[in-house]
Amino acid sequence: MIEDMTGAASPPEALKLVLYVAGQTPKSLAAIANLERICAETGPGKYVVEVVDLKKSPQLAREHNIVAIPTLVRQLPTPIRKIIGDLSDREKVLVHLKIGE
Amino acid sequence: MGETRGISKSPTGIDGFDDLTLGGLPTGRPTLVCGSAGCGKTLFASTFLLNGAREFDEPGVFVTFEERPVDIVSNVASLGFEMDKLMEEGKIWIEHIAVDPAELAEIGEYDLEGLFLRLELAIEQVGAKRIVLDTIESLFSAFTNPAILRAEIRRLFDWLKDRGLTTVITAERGDGSLTRQGLEEYVSDCVLLLDHRVHNQISTRRLRIVKYRGTAHGTNEYPFLIDQEGFSVLPVSSLGLNHKVHEERVSSGVPDLDVMLTGGGFHRGTSVLVSGVAGSGKSSLAACFADAACRAGEKALYFSFEESAAQTVRNMHSIGIDLQRWLEAGTLRHIAARPTFYSLEMHLAVMLREVQKFRPALVVLDPISAFIGNADRLEVQSMLLRMVDFLKSNGITAVFTHLMHSQEGATETDVGLSSLMDAWILLLNREANGEFNRELYLLKARGMAHSNQVREFIMSDDGIKLTPPYLGEGGALTGSARRMEEAKTRRAEVARRAEVQRLADVIETRRRKARAEIEALQAEMDADEMELRRMKADEETYLSQAASDRDEMEKSRRA
Repeated sequence: MIEDMTGAASPPEALKLVLYVAGQTPKSLAAIANLERICAETGPGKYVVEVVDLKKSPQLAREHNIVAIPTLVRQLPTPIRKIIGDLSDREKVLVHLKIGE
Repeated sequence: MGETRGISKSPTGIDGFDDLTLGGLPTGRPTLVCGSAGCGKTLFASTFLLNGAREFDEPGVFVTFEERPVDIVSNVASLGFEMDKLMEEGKIWIEHIAVDPAELAEIGEYDLEGLFLRLELAIEQVGAKRIVLDTIESLFSAFTNPAILRAEIRRLFDWLKDRGLTTVITAERGDGSLTRQGLEEYVSDCVLLLDHRVHNQISTRRLRIVKYRGTAHGTNEYPFLIDQEGFSVLPVSSLGLNHKVHEERVSSGVPDLDVMLTGGGFHRGTSVLVSGVAGSGKSSLAACFADAACRAGEKALYFSFEESAAQTVRNMHSIGIDLQRWLEAGTLRHIAARPTFYSLEMHLAVMLREVQKFRPALVVLDPISAFIGNADRLEVQSMLLRMVDFLKSNGITAVFTHLMHSQEGATETDVGLSSLMDAWILLLNREANGEFNRELYLLKARGMAHSNQVREFIMSDDGIKLTPPYLGEGGALTGSARRMEEAKTRRAEVARRAEVQRLADVIETRRRKARAEIEALQAEMDADEMELRRMKADEETYLSQAASDRDEMEKSRRA
């Protein structure tokens, strides 16, 4: 359920991202695809990405207070930022992920 | 419970509400509870949930979108619910869904599947049959896309229905609509409106069933209470005229009054109105009723709207009634509340609840006229009507005192109450010859032959006494006028007796004289008869002498 999409060791300045989805719904699949594309385009190694399927472990939704699906959480650096939606607007996603840097 | 045909219902365990809805909330369906801030929505919802878990073996999930779980637990703890214990037992789960719009960006399409997953997890965890969403409208401030949100809320309600969960959704009241976000369009089964109104600086909480599909329900506004005992609704209008009738008599505590009623005392369950001007002894008479009930080993409940318990006890001591011992023994309960303390509805609600709790045989309301000052006459009348009906249907004897402002037109009470009452005792305070005297008149007593006389009402150290007034030439007299008139009568009586004695003596003398005359005449007659007898004897002697003389002469001639 948790897969490392980059496979690389995280550099100290890396963004730690967690994408919460629920099963293989079109929105979830779209979000995964969009995130993969963004990561690939902005340079591998910059992101550490986890994808969590809440259908398989719903208690994580409770633990991490997830309501909307899909939700992308930037866990590091703090503060935590959340983006909900299928991440179809690449520019907006980048803007929101970089806020606070 | 309630009607089983049609839809099934889940009891809320809220006093009165289940009666009102003939069983509770629709099972397996959503119910919308709306109202303005602070009107008790969350409390209603939590009571429904906690009672379900505690009393009806229906575990529940409390989904809070605003308050933190610790706050919810401590809020209901003040009402005697041990929510934390139920949570430990796995009967209640609080799911806190907090969405902070500040840390959220929306990019593209999304849904609320995360919410569904969390609800499902919580529901399975406790095996929930009931669920509360408090208040789902908070989501509208967290998410900016209302189209998605509405679709998801509709899906959520359908989802809850499919799972057969009895749901309570709370929502804030909007301008011109029941809820701010128009949630009522998603909930078509049952809609409750809670209201918190302030009128003349007195607040009243009211509940109204706006809609309840597929069932009969009361449509009025019902007052409800939130106090240390939780949430209770009082369906005070749902009472009919089908009271049980009692033949048994109860004493009024005044033996002289009981005697005025053929059969001795009032019927149990009678409502007695005691009306009179200030100082005519209404409260004292009412206290006598209460004392008599306690003496008979029954319980009495005394609602005072003017005096405190201590004051009533002290005052009644002066007429030889010891209420303190009944208070201590727990057979008498004295509840003092200023009329302005609550609204009328609330007073009624509080009284009904106290009656239900204490289960007395006699209830005193002293005085009902206290309400008229700060409420509409019609409202007072309807409140008292409901009180009378309620007490009667429970077979509770009721004594209402009513302060009249004038004795003119004494047969009209300010609130047109007389027709509600079975018996009416009128206390008058009449001024005559420089003093006030109390009078009692039994104006009406349904179903009982009763004395039509006005009695003088005397309060003394050893209780209340009724004496027939003096009916003299100048009308009925009371007080010292009565005593004076009685003295006058006594003097006249003495004089009359002396006169009779004198006449008797005269007659006796005459009789003696007549008897003497009779004796004299008798003596005269005896003398005459004696003379006659003597003359007759002389005559016989002469005749026999003459005969013997003739014989002698014949013999001598022959010789």
